[in-house]
Amino acid sequence: MSAQPQSTIEEKLFTVKYKPGPSSHLIPDQNDCQRCPTKACNFFCPANVYEWDARQQKTLVAYENCFECGACRLGCTYQSIEWFYPDDGHGVTFKLG
Amino acid sequence: MAQMDDAVDVVVVGAGPAGIAAALTLARAGKEVVVLERGEFVGAKNVFGGAIYTQPTAELYPDFWETAPVERYNAEHRFCMMTPDSAVTMGYKSQQHMEAPHYNSFTVQRAKWDRWCAEQAEAAGAFIVTSTTVRDLLWDGTRIAGVKTEQEDFPAKVTIIGDGVNSLLTEKAGLRTRIPKPSEVALGVKEVIALDEQVINDRFNCENGSGVIYTMMGDVFDGLVAMGFIYTNKDSVVVGLGASLEDLQQRLVKPYDLLEIFKQHPVVRPLIAGGKMLEYSGHMIPEGGYHAMPQLFCDGAMVVGDAAMLVNNVHWEGTNLAMASGVFAAQTALQALENNDFSHFQLSLYEKLLKSSYVYQDLQTYRDILPTVEKYSNVFMGHYPNALNKLFDTFVSVDSVPKKEKMQAFVGDTLKARSPFHMALDALKVGLPIINS
Repeated sequence: MSAQPQSTIEEKLFTVKYKPGPSSHLIPDQNDCQRCPTKACNFFCPANVYEWDARQQKTLVAYENCFECGACRLGCTYQSIEWFYPDDGHGVTFKLG
Repeated sequence: MAQMDDAVDVVVVGAGPAGIAAALTLARAGKEVVVLERGEFVGAKNVFGGAIYTQPTAELYPDFWETAPVERYNAEHRFCMMTPDSAVTMGYKSQQHMEAPHYNSFTVQRAKWDRWCAEQAEAAGAFIVTSTTVRDLLWDGTRIAGVKTEQEDFPAKVTIIGDGVNSLLTEKAGLRTRIPKPSEVALGVKEVIALDEQVINDRFNCENGSGVIYTMMGDVFDGLVAMGFIYTNKDSVVVGLGASLEDLQQRLVKPYDLLEIFKQHPVVRPLIAGGKMLEYSGHMIPEGGYHAMPQLFCDGAMVVGDAAMLVNNVHWEGTNLAMASGVFAAQTALQALENNDFSHFQLSLYEKLLKSSYVYQDLQTYRDILPTVEKYSNVFMGHYPNALNKLFDTFVSVDSVPKKEKMQAFVGDTLKARSPFHMALDALKVGLPIINS
């Protein structure tokens, strides 16, 4: 990607209101992550939730940033992310939408 | 097993346009209806481009523009066929769209708009519960008999499933045998950017509360095609784009990087310059259409809106289809309550009503176009916009090269990229499904 960004993903996510639940509502199957050739979720997730940690050999999940859009559920190479909605009233709140 | 005697008439899952339309229709008919919404307020989880369409919206909320939180009425729609660094633009503006009641559409912010719609349903007698996530269905034999939340059970005679594009309940109900494929959904991201009202009027050629919609299709970056959009609110501008989840997944592209590149496009850049980002958001759009629809009803339940994949992505329609489906589901529920019959035979009326309306008929008309355009998106949204831009470039650029030479080069390049035979086939690919439908 060549263009100079006007805002980074961190700056973008800073504009979003969150009330994270006590634990993750996104649970990837780490065995699948290890054999996944592309780690595509690291790219297509619009909220930059997933990051493959090569040293720990696992996917780190910043579920606090999740938009609950569901792209990872459908787009995971193995469709093996356990995915559910956060607890009552938790998760993302779009103030404008 | 759920008991019928403590059941409400209807429980609706999800307070989006479909769910609220259903609740409003039922409440106006004097029925007991409970809407369960997982967001901390109605609209909290909802995102669209976007604009709501006047005529279908006014059917439910007459003269809504007088009191509802609308931003601008859209007087003009500009279409851009783009390449990464150029665009051919065509627009349509009409005085008719500038005068009530002919407003074709209004921009709204979902957090305000959805809440206003919910207030109308509440005023009619619907009971709306927020911060409540439905986890499962209640069953009475093979009949769906309400829903389960974290806190309690909500038994109901009829359950209307409007839980959105990620409809977990449709799967739990057994109405969907597979989850949608990445090619059947688009991922949309957008930013709302604050700009002074007068600045927007000047930049977009607006007056007296009018606004402009931009729809921009083509190659955004390195052959990755997307649908870009710009909407004008009163004192903010929405800029965003949607791309096939399959493309993003296979090309390993970050949607927010693509958005940044789109924001730098020469058409887009000056429109948003100097603005302050108020909110970034993202949502999935169910674009699979007809072939990706779940079964729409079963014993005790019906599926509405995005949960039923009711989106026409060729015409940017979704909320209108959602509202219509909500009304049809409510009308079916009224019939079922009157007959005290909640079987799938009775609820099949819902599908009949949908089939007799534009909702189902449009999806049927476009059933093979959506997958075709999707499958050959590099041709329809890449090659043709590129060729059109090249044609205009050839026509307008003055460079002391003889015109004949330039036109020959253009024709040669275009035919090399796609032969007349292939172009004829392309026309048939899009034309035949419409003619045959």
